[in-house]
Amino acid sequence: MHEWSLCRSLLTQLEEICKQESATGIARVYLRVGPFAGVEPDLLQTAFTLSRGQSVAAGAELVIETTPLRVHCPACNDDFQVPRQDLRCPKCRDTRAYLISGEELVLASVDLIEPPTLKSGDAHV
Amino acid sequence: MCRDCGCSQPLAPDHRPEYTVTGPLFNIPVQTSLHAHNDALAAALRQRFDKANVVVLNLMSSPGAGKTRLLEATLQHLGNRVRCAVLEGDLETDLDALRIQALGIPAVQITTGTACHLDAAHIEKALESLDLGQLDLLLIENVGNLVCPASFDLGQHANVILLATTEGDDKPVKYPVMFHSADLVLINKIDLLPHLPDFSLARARESIQRVAGDTPVLEVAAATGKGIGAWLNWLEGRYQQGFEDPGPPHDTEPSHAPV
Repeated sequence: MHEWSLCRSLLTQLEEICKQESATGIARVYLRVGPFAGVEPDLLQTAFTLSRGQSVAAGAELVIETTPLRVHCPACNDDFQVPRQDLRCPKCRDTRAYLISGEELVLASVDLIEPPTLKSGDAHV
Repeated sequence: MCRDCGCSQPLAPDHRPEYTVTGPLFNIPVQTSLHAHNDALAAALRQRFDKANVVVLNLMSSPGAGKTRLLEATLQHLGNRVRCAVLEGDLETDLDALRIQALGIPAVQITTGTACHLDAAHIEKALESLDLGQLDLLLIENVGNLVCPASFDLGQHANVILLATTEGDDKPVKYPVMFHSADLVLINKIDLLPHLPDFSLARARESIQRVAGDTPVLEVAAATGKGIGAWLNWLEGRYQQGFEDPGPPHDTEPSHAPV
């Protein structure tokens, strides 16, 4: 849930980044979203498309990398991918297995559009 | 000042030179959570709580599982031994805060309107009505909701989640993110078990184990007081010893145990 308000937060972060880097806009936004992040990538995609409007991210592409839900089992001393409804070690069912991946909701990076440089002959009034 | 032509306008989208943007793309790593703003507020709250030696619990469950009733029973038993206050989160009404206030305990109602969960900003605002210096224990009763509240750090030291027997023993696997976030699960309304032949405590415990591992589970009946002793022991143990675990998932700094 809350894909809309998350998009608003995301756009605020993107505006700040653009300002800091003196970029003219954003071409691509890279997110990492895990199954336990509390959001659905499809809904986030839709919310982003509908809310990017005239912002610095107008026309930007949202690229979402979905991360896997993985646990480390101390008994097996190994890592395993697990389904959302059962985080026990898939091999030995130990309940001490703990999550090492899958809760991420991260703005990983952005592709900024650099302002073009003016050549000395170009006049702009 | 605009870099392009030296005018005094800031770099606004509508102030672009009249040629096609052909600048190259360059990638900047960011690596921040989309919850960064809430997380920063929550981390600041956690520091305030630690500095004031106040233990803070976030109580979550579906609507009607018995959070307020449990708080009433808890506060009646704690009496004057521990200085408590309660933050009540609801979409509408101050009914729950009034119930707590009737016991002589300070309670601040947070009426969220349409927000289905509490966030750190709600807590920060509510704290304006409390003096942390006069408290030992702050109990936050979140909005009744098994989906959203788990994703929002409030600066708390531990999450306590209620599962009522009337809800069915399969709820934990249906709401894995919520139950995974528990530091303690209380199976409430065990007094109604004789009327609920389909509810199995063993199945409920297994369901909890699947998504919350070795998280402790206690069986209580807030209405009759059954099992409240074990819950109070857990609570007082936390209050006296502080918490060894770091804060909830979004927190990157371990909380400092109050003495």
